[in-house]
Amino acid sequence: MAECISLMSASSFNQADIISTVEFNYSGELLATGDKGGRVVIFQREQESKNRPHSRGEYNVYSTFQSHEPEFDYLKSLEIEEKINKIRWLPQQNAAHSLLSTNDKTIKLWKISQRDKRAEGYNLKDEDGRLRDPFRITSLRVPVLLPMDRMVEASPRRIFANAHTYHINSISVNSDHETYLSADDLRVNLWHLEITDRSFNIVDIKPANMEELTEVITAAECHPHQCNVFVYSSSKGTIRLCDMRAAALCDRQSKFFEEPEDPSSRSFFSEIISSISDVKFSHSGRYMMTRDYLSVKVWDLNMENRPVETYQVHEYLRSKLCSLYENDCIFDKFECCWNGADSAIMTGSYNNFFRMFDRNTRRDITLEASRENSKPRAILKARKVSTGGKRKKDEISVDSLDFNKKILHTAWHPKENVIAVAATNNLYIFQDKIN
Amino acid sequence: MFPKGTKRKFSDSREEPVAGGEDVNQSSLAAVRMLSSYSLQRQSLLDMSLIKLQLCHMLVEPNLCRSVLIANTVRQIQEEMTQDGTWQIMTQALSAANAAAQCSADRLVATEVLCRQTEAAQGEQVPKPFPVVGSEGCPAKEVLEEEAAAAEVGMTMSTVSPQAPTSYLPGTFGMDPCWEEEETGEDDDDEEEEEDSEECGSGSEGEERERDSLVEDTRTAEQVFGTFEIKNPAPSPDPALEELFSDVDASYYDLDTVLTGMQSVPKMGPYDLLESLSSHGPSPLSSSTSCRSDLNELDHIMEIIVGS
Repeated sequence: MAECISLMSASSFNQADIISTVEFNYSGELLATGDKGGRVVIFQREQESKNRPHSRGEYNVYSTFQSHEPEFDYLKSLEIEEKINKIRWLPQQNAAHSLLSTNDKTIKLWKISQRDKRAEGYNLKDEDGRLRDPFRITSLRVPVLLPMDRMVEASPRRIFANAHTYHINSISVNSDHETYLSADDLRVNLWHLEITDRSFNIVDIKPANMEELTEVITAAECHPHQCNVFVYSSSKGTIRLCDMRAAALCDRQSKFFEEPEDPSSRSFFSEIISSISDVKFSHSGRYMMTRDYLSVKVWDLNMENRPVETYQVHEYLRSKLCSLYENDCIFDKFECCWNGADSAIMTGSYNNFFRMFDRNTRRDITLEASRENSKPRAILKARKVSTGGKRKKDEISVDSLDFNKKILHTAWHPKENVIAVAATNNLYIFQDKIN
Repeated sequence: MFPKGTKRKFSDSREEPVAGGEDVNQSSLAAVRMLSSYSLQRQSLLDMSLIKLQLCHMLVEPNLCRSVLIANTVRQIQEEMTQDGTWQIMTQALSAANAAAQCSADRLVATEVLCRQTEAAQGEQVPKPFPVVGSEGCPAKEVLEEEAAAAEVGMTMSTVSPQAPTSYLPGTFGMDPCWEEEETGEDDDDEEEEEDSEECGSGSEGEERERDSLVEDTRTAEQVFGTFEIKNPAPSPDPALEELFSDVDASYYDLDTVLTGMQSVPKMGPYDLLESLSSHGPSPLSSSTSCRSDLNELDHIMEIIVGS
């Protein structure tokens, strides 16, 4: 049973407010969102306190900053969008928080620090900051720390630029906490977090003759525990697992995951719908999950020839593929995520629907992120899309689905049953109500 | 996904072509019988994909993944059509239609009528007669009758592509592979691919080459047509179709140069030309004035290309 705890939205909707990425940090205390306008908004969970028992750990705005600005590439006469494609948090090492945010071409490391105390009673300075006349100082005092209004500031600490010819689609922090990888359509680069003027190319699938290009990289991720292992997925529905110890250039994969095609369902759209839009390792590191247009598949890293679980997200769209090709919806890139225990997975769909699958019970649920259903503390009702001829009450027919309302980005709290769902320009946060 | 004989919703509003003359009436009925809705659906998918690819290239920074997926779909359809034999029929029909179009006004009317209007083609895109083609007899007429049934399919294709060799640069550009192919002999899939690569190899010089070849063709039209005529019976890739795909591929190949900073003038594909020329109204049908108007149009086309 999911309950809405908060809904954040921009007051007036313009294109720049469209949320393009959502990510919890390692503790789940912070939730970062990036939007099409290049802004990052970070939410912080309120500590539950006895004074406000009903706050239930609400997320409130912690910091907002402009991460990327629109740029112009003079060589190619092309604009570089400021849209934030991905945000990934770094493990916290001190009081400050750090995250990586990227647009199509440049990755930035931001440090977010807060101050909620200030020192008062300086000897050499006035309260205003003016220097005191030395002759006036007759006694010494020790400055004291007094609380002040919390001030959060974000500053760019590193800028990793000029390493990608094509559009960056993924970044992933390595388990060694020193390196991270960034992937574009044809290449994967490895960076050191401290070094901005150099990166190592570890995968390059660009053919010598671009005429022969038939496959691109769609997503990449580092293994959560083995710092030498990473995977990347392709537009042909394949996943390659590579070991960086094998060679400097990981063009030859260690493992190749592909499910053989079902010849009975072959169509002109087979390849397009098999294109993987997201790949995520489980927290345990034993499984990985891939999202293609119609389904989510869970793979055991030890078995390459087929996934161990397949979940249909919106199979009723299979008969509509031609229309979806026409309006370009077939190219929408949905993301997927695991819960902290790896027992459930979640992904988005159309009409502001999102789906959750329980791997153990094999039960699934469809929920809707909409204003009407999401008053605080409102319980969400399960939704259903009617596929047969007869539409039951409360069901919605496939033809009434709004394909402009798509949920591409979702995130699950690393420890608790709290989820964040981005619906165009609105951010919904739901939690599981356990009595 | 496309089981034969099953209609899909969005495509079932396709109109039947209106029959013009007697011959045409019979042949269009035959065509309707011949074509299953599967082919129609496949055709419309192909058209849609090509439009999408064209639009891709007009965007500021094309989404590479999307372009690759659409291009793969186009290739897949092309392969299937080649295996089907539909490809050969279509190319033959177009060749025949082009060659025979000026044999008689009736034929011209027929081809005009067979042309289907799509969103892309605003005006009536009639296969424009090659200026000196008039000198050819009508052995092509026989070919046309055989292929008339398939001509309808061909016309569908050609409304979305510049088909008249003289009106549009790409069409003329496409004449070149005919020469090369004649030399190398039998046509087959591999050769088509090779020709694609050959044509695409020209890349940004393509436009210049197109202009040169058009001018050249005007002078050596006899020779050109002679070559064209000989090759008629043999299955050959239609110049317009060839150009359609090669143009798509060429601009696609140029993706890399675009992306790596050597921006060339955005290639005007078949649809751009269609749109820009449609405002000039339907092409004149008489062949006597066609040569001069062609050159005027050519100038205009060059203006548009260079201007953009």
